[in-house]
Order: sequence, then structure tokens, then C-alpha cells
Amino acid sequence: MELLNRRRPFFWLVLHGLSCLISLLLGFRFSRLVFLLLSTSSTYTSPFHSPTELAKTLDIRSVIPADPVGNVPLPFPNKTATNSRVVVGRHGIRIRPWPHPNPVEVMKAHRIIERVQTEQRLQFGVKDPRKIIVVTPTYVRTFQSLHLTGVMHSLMLVPYDLVWIVVEAGGVSNETASLIAKSGLRTIHVGFNQRMPNSWDGRHKLETKMRLRGLRIVREKKLDGIVIFADDSNMHSMELFDEIQNVKWFGAVSVGILASSANIDETVVEKRGEEENPRMPVQGPACNVSNMLAGWHTFNTLPFAGKTAVYIDDRATVLPRKLEWSGFILNSSLLWKDGDKPEWMKDIDTLDGDIESPLDLVKDPSVVEPLGSCGRRVLLWWLRVEARADSKFPPRWIIDPPLEITVPSKRTPWPDTPPELPSHEKPVIRIQEPIIKHTTKTRTSRSKRRSKRKHDETRTDRGTTGFDKTLQN
Amino acid sequence: MRKCLWLWGLLFFALGFAWSITAERNPCTERISGSAGDVLEDDPVGRLKVYVYELPSKYNKKILQKDPRCLSHMFAAEIFMHRFLLSSPVQTLNPEGADWFYTPIYATCDLTPTGLPLPFKSPRMVRSAIQLISSSWPYWNRTEGADHFFVVPHDFGAYFHYQEEKAIERGILPILRRATLVQTFGQRNHVCLNEGSITIPPYAPPQKMRARQIPPDTPRSIFVYFRGLFCDVNNDPEGGYYARGARAAVWENFKSNPLFDISTEHPTTYYEDMQRAIFCLCPLGWAPWSPRLVEAIVFGCIPVIIADDTVLPFADAIPWEEIGVFVAEEDVPKLDKILTSIPSHVILRKQRLLANPSMKRAMLFPQPTLPRRCFPSNIEWPCS
Repeated sequence: MELLNRRRPFFWLVLHGLSCLISLLLGFRFSRLVFLLLSTSSTYTSPFHSPTELAKTLDIRSVIPADPVGNVPLPFPNKTATNSRVVVGRHGIRIRPWPHPNPVEVMKAHRIIERVQTEQRLQFGVKDPRKIIVVTPTYVRTFQSLHLTGVMHSLMLVPYDLVWIVVEAGGVSNETASLIAKSGLRTIHVGFNQRMPNSWDGRHKLETKMRLRGLRIVREKKLDGIVIFADDSNMHSMELFDEIQNVKWFGAVSVGILASSANIDETVVEKRGEEENPRMPVQGPACNVSNMLAGWHTFNTLPFAGKTAVYIDDRATVLPRKLEWSGFILNSSLLWKDGDKPEWMKDIDTLDGDIESPLDLVKDPSVVEPLGSCGRRVLLWWLRVEARADSKFPPRWIIDPPLEITVPSKRTPWPDTPPELPSHEKPVIRIQEPIIKHTTKTRTSRSKRRSKRKHDETRTDRGTTGFDKTLQN
Repeated sequence: MRKCLWLWGLLFFALGFAWSITAERNPCTERISGSAGDVLEDDPVGRLKVYVYELPSKYNKKILQKDPRCLSHMFAAEIFMHRFLLSSPVQTLNPEGADWFYTPIYATCDLTPTGLPLPFKSPRMVRSAIQLISSSWPYWNRTEGADHFFVVPHDFGAYFHYQEEKAIERGILPILRRATLVQTFGQRNHVCLNEGSITIPPYAPPQKMRARQIPPDTPRSIFVYFRGLFCDVNNDPEGGYYARGARAAVWENFKSNPLFDISTEHPTTYYEDMQRAIFCLCPLGWAPWSPRLVEAIVFGCIPVIIADDTVLPFADAIPWEEIGVFVAEEDVPKLDKILTSIPSHVILRKQRLLANPSMKRAMLFPQPTLPRRCFPSNIEWPCS
């Protein structure tokens, strides 16, 4: 080879170039073809597409010299009947003309997935799910819409039958009625004849009475199911509703307490940081090693001594009670007048409202069943956030034909300077937005409807400029 | 022929036991009807006798000692078959009354550093073993090995080569021509599948699979799942050879489809993901079989078999048509249409059949920790 090379280098160069050109055209290693032609045929040429045939078909079809792995739809080699119908050798890679998802097929696949999941739920989920009876005390205030919508949406997602008993302080109002009518759930809306007081203590007491009123409705109507207390500012997880199906008579779950810590002093924060990792306080059943109820976790109020909110609009921490009602679950037959129920259950008609904690419903607190893997799973969160008592909001949150003159509220809740927000808590972008919202909000109460759109635009403009500013930062 | 049937039954049974998890779960399963179900529930104890040759340890134990990875790769069927037979009551110590003879050779245990078996020394090993047994015992020469069976779980069975063309060229080892081969390879009208061969499932580690079970109420949210190679860049750089182009076609057609969760990654959550999928693709690779089938069956994922003319394990007994979905290689571009056009009651029925514990038991190998004798007093084998 070297000798030849020395003698006629030009010839080999030309040959090499020609082979390269041919392989480029054929999209195929030409050398392989040559070797196959030259070598002795193997015993299995028939199932193989013989190389000459292959070359022929390629020539006939004038193959587009694209990526060999890709879009060339080579003809499927002839199936021979000798030994195997399936041919050994090189095959084309079939690609359809538009290899992207077909929306019709995607929808069909999603329907299949839904059906399979429903079947799974039927087989492995809760057997014979019982109806859930939700008791919610509420009253009309600025944040009612916020809280009640949250609870409503959680309840709308529950896959079991549901009855929602809404007890409203101050009587039945259109405001609440219009809110809960949007849910599409079966609701029982009753009014309670007292108005909600302005202190947290009074509010807790009244709420307890309202809950008992709800329980009386369960008794009167002989509703059958599982009773839970969903306070309108709590946050419920979907697993809660699956877990409560396991209750026999009287159960308790762990509630995460989100005591609003917006105004905790720096000192308190430091102190806590020194001691240990501040863990979120949890209220609920405590179990011993053998998973039997051993006691209760309650909220430690000591760090907040003296700094708690007394009135609903105080800017201090709101503390929960010792044991929140929302962490307890009852079997509705415990509330009926007749029927077999355990003897440790007190008759709710005999109680008259001044119950300290839900455990007062039972004579012996050790009968409570701990749920949620013995209180280890936190299935709902307790939170109390309220606006000032004198804050106003448009009824049903609809801005009616605007008034020419509106009376500004005496004490605007939002001062002109933006509140000091700790930088680590919220993302930088957000800091800009509250400022904008505050200023425009005081304006909207005075704005005219026709200029509302303009204000919206300005608001968004401000929003984007604010964003840009932060990006530059 | 009758003997063959018993051997089937034995193999079924051998691959049976100790899947207690499915027993605990909700039995919303369907009994596989027909002869398939009968064979799955059959018990060959007392009616079948297998004699296991005592070969010097250089054929089995020493090889395993040299490389213990052999116990967990997909070719471990030969080792577990040996262990099962040593500890099962079908074993007989009297060769005169035996129906079948088993030669324990671990031919697929010579592994490269990356774990792939080199089959080049296997023919020599097999030949020398047969020479040994034919000289020390008269039973081989009696029938030229017709009542002997060998477990050959390599890519193309007893051809001992991983390339199909070479394997076909070489043909079955001549000395094994009359013996019954128990192999994982199965393809209709292929020379590598002998008349009397029996196809068994490849080995998949049952303990690992059992350890990775997720709660059965986890909703199945992946429509189609596949993890593996689509092209073999080392051996087939241009494509078209590997998997007869079928895997590459799957990739090219469905890489942008969110319903198809396919990629070449090696996730640590492979088993968990399979349990969250409705369909699992089992396309051919260099050979038409793969442990994906076993994994899909165990995790309740409907196998989508893309391998023309393949013969699946225990094809005579298990109604694969009713359990899995067969897609021709030429229909791969229409795979999404094929899968979504299956009516949902059919899919649910397939899932019920898959949930049948005897299905899972048939696909798995028992794990006897010690080769001790078990007594056939109860169906539950304590040796698993």
C-alpha cells in the first residue's frame, strides 16, 4: 500500500475523494458497502438485504442526504420467508410527518388517567366514606371574604359528601349568603343573635357558643356523618378529610399554630434563636411509645406574655386558646338525643355555652382518638388575621355607581410611609408593590369609575417600573 | 411431550414463591382463566423428579465466588434455578428414577469490569461439563441429552454471542442440540429458539423491588414510562441496527410529547416511577427480551411490547395478549393513537390481571437463603 502510495499518490487521493463524495450522497458508509460486496457471502444473505439490492433501492429512491439517523424513511426490507419473518440488519427509523403531540390523543389519555385514578381511589382509598359535616362560625367583616373563600374552596375540593353549617354572628346577612352560595355545596346558614365583640377573648367565647349552635342543628336534623370545625381563617389540607374518615367516635388531629409574629420584638427573636431552632408550635394529641394517647401538646404562651393582642385590631400577636376546636372531630351520632352512643359523651343540651375547651364535651378525656399517625402529621393550620374593626369595604366587594363625595375614614389604616419590612422575609420584588397598592387604594375610594381603568393602567405601569427598579438593584 | 408439560409446571412453580406483599394488599384481582390459570396454580410436587448433577465447583461455586455481581444481574436465572432445585422437594437423589436431569453451569458469569458478560469461554465450559457428565454417568449417552435441561439466560440463548448475526452464524452449540434449553430469548421462527425450548423471564431482584414499593393509593399519573437507551452509540453509530430502529423511532416521534416520560437517564426512583405509570414500554434492544417486562408485571404497569414475533416467557400458559399490549415495530409512530384508543374498561381489566399475585409469583425467582430441604406439607414454601 505504501509502495503504491509512493508511486501514484494522486490516484489514491482522487479515489479517497470520490468515496467521500459518494458516501455523502448515499448517507451511508460506502466502505462498508464495498467490503460487503468483496467479502464472501455469509450463510444468511437471504434474510439480509443484500448490499447490491440496498444500493439499488437507494439509487431508485434518490435518497435525500439528510442525517442518516433521522428523517429518511427507508423502505422496509423485503420480508423473506426462509427462517425469520423479521429481518436482521439495518432498518429505517420511522418518523411520522409531524412528530408532535396530537391534542385529541392527549385529551383521551388524560381521560384514561382520570379513570384509572378513580378506580385506584375506589380500591385503595377509604372504604364507605361517610358524609362530612362542617361547622363554621363567621361574621361580616373586611377579611371575611378572604377567609371564607379559602375555606369554601377547600371544601369544594373534598371528594366526599359534605354539608356545610355556617353560623353567623349578628344574624343572617346577604353578604355571607352570597359568598357561600357560590360554592355549590349543600349549606345550612343560620344566624346567631349576638354581635361579635371586639375583643379576642369575647370572640373566642362567642365562637364557642356558635359552634354549639351548629352542633344543635346536627342533633335536630339528625345529620349522619363526621363533624369537623372549620374556622373561617384556618387552612385545611386535603389529607385532613381523608384522615378524619378513620374516626370512630371522638378524634383529635394536630393543628399547626401560625401565631402571627409580625410584631415580635427583636429581642424575642434573638432569644429564641439562641435556645434552639424555633419550631412551629403544634397543638394536638401526644402519644406515648405504644401509640396510645398520653397527653396534649398545647401552645406555649410564655414568650408572648404581655404582648398579646386584646382587641381584634391590635397589631400584636393573636394567641390561640389552649386547645383549638378545629383540631377535634366528632362522630355525629354522639350528638343525637337517642341512639347508641358511648356513655362518656355529655349531652350538648345540658351544656350552656361556657365551655373552656372541646374536651369538656366528654367526661373522660382519655377516650379521644389521636388521628394523623398519632398526631405526628399536621393536617391543618390555625391563623388569625383581621383588619381593623372600623375598616370599611364595599358591600359584596362590588363598587357600586360611585358616589360623588365619599367620606374618608377617620383613621386610615395605612400610613403614608411604607411599613418597615425585614428584607429576608419577602422577596425584593414585593417591597415595591405594597407601596403602590397603598397609594392607589386610598385613591380608589375617591376615584370615579371612568378613571378606574386609567388608574389600573397606572398601577400596572408603576408595577412594571417598580419591577425594573428592583432588577437594577 | 407430557414430560415437557411437567417441566413447564416445575419451572412455573420454581419461579413462584414468597411474594407476600401482594397477599397483604387488597385482592381486587382477577384470576387468570383457562389453562393458564390452572398451570399457575398447579403443584408438581410428587409428580416430577429432577436429578441435579454434582459438578465440581469450578463450574459453579468458584465462578460465583470470583464475581458475586452475577447474583444480581439480569442473567442470574441460572444461579437461582440451581439454588431452587437444590432445596426443592422435586429434587431426587436417585438418578434412576429421575424424569429430568439438570446440569448446573454458570456460563454467563464471566463479567467485564462494567458488568456485561463475556460469552466467549462459555461454549468450552459447557462442552467440558457435558463431557464430564457423559463419562461419569450413563444418562447423557442414553438419550443423547434429550431429558437434560440447561439454563442459558444469555442474549441469544445457547448461541453464546451477543450479536445476532454472529449468533445465528454459529448456531446452537451442537452438543446441546437435543437437550432442552431454558432460556430468556424467544422469537418465533428464529433459529435461536429451538422446538422444545422453554422461555423463562429474565432475573429481576425481588428484594430490591419489594423494598421500593409505594403505597397502592398513590395515583398513577404517568401515562407512558420508559428509561433506557434509544441508540447504541458504541456499536451502532449510524442507527438502524440497534433495536431494528424501533427505539430510535420511539424517541424521535415522542420526545416532545408530555404524555411520554421517556429518557436515557438512570434515576434512583426507577421502581417508584414504574408504580406511578399506567403503561411501561418494553421495546426490543439487541435482543427482544429484557427485565423490563418482569419489572412492569411486578409493579402493575401494563407492558407495551414492541418486538415483532417475540415469544414471551411461559407463552403457552400466560395469556400475554390479555395482559399486555403488543405493538408492531412498524406501528411505532402511531403509538400514542394505539394506546389512547384502548377502552378504559380493557385497561382496568389488564390492571386487575396484573394485580393477581400468581402473575407476580410466576415472574419472580425465589430467594432461598440456605439450600435446605423443604417439606411439602404446605403450599407456602418456607425456603423463600
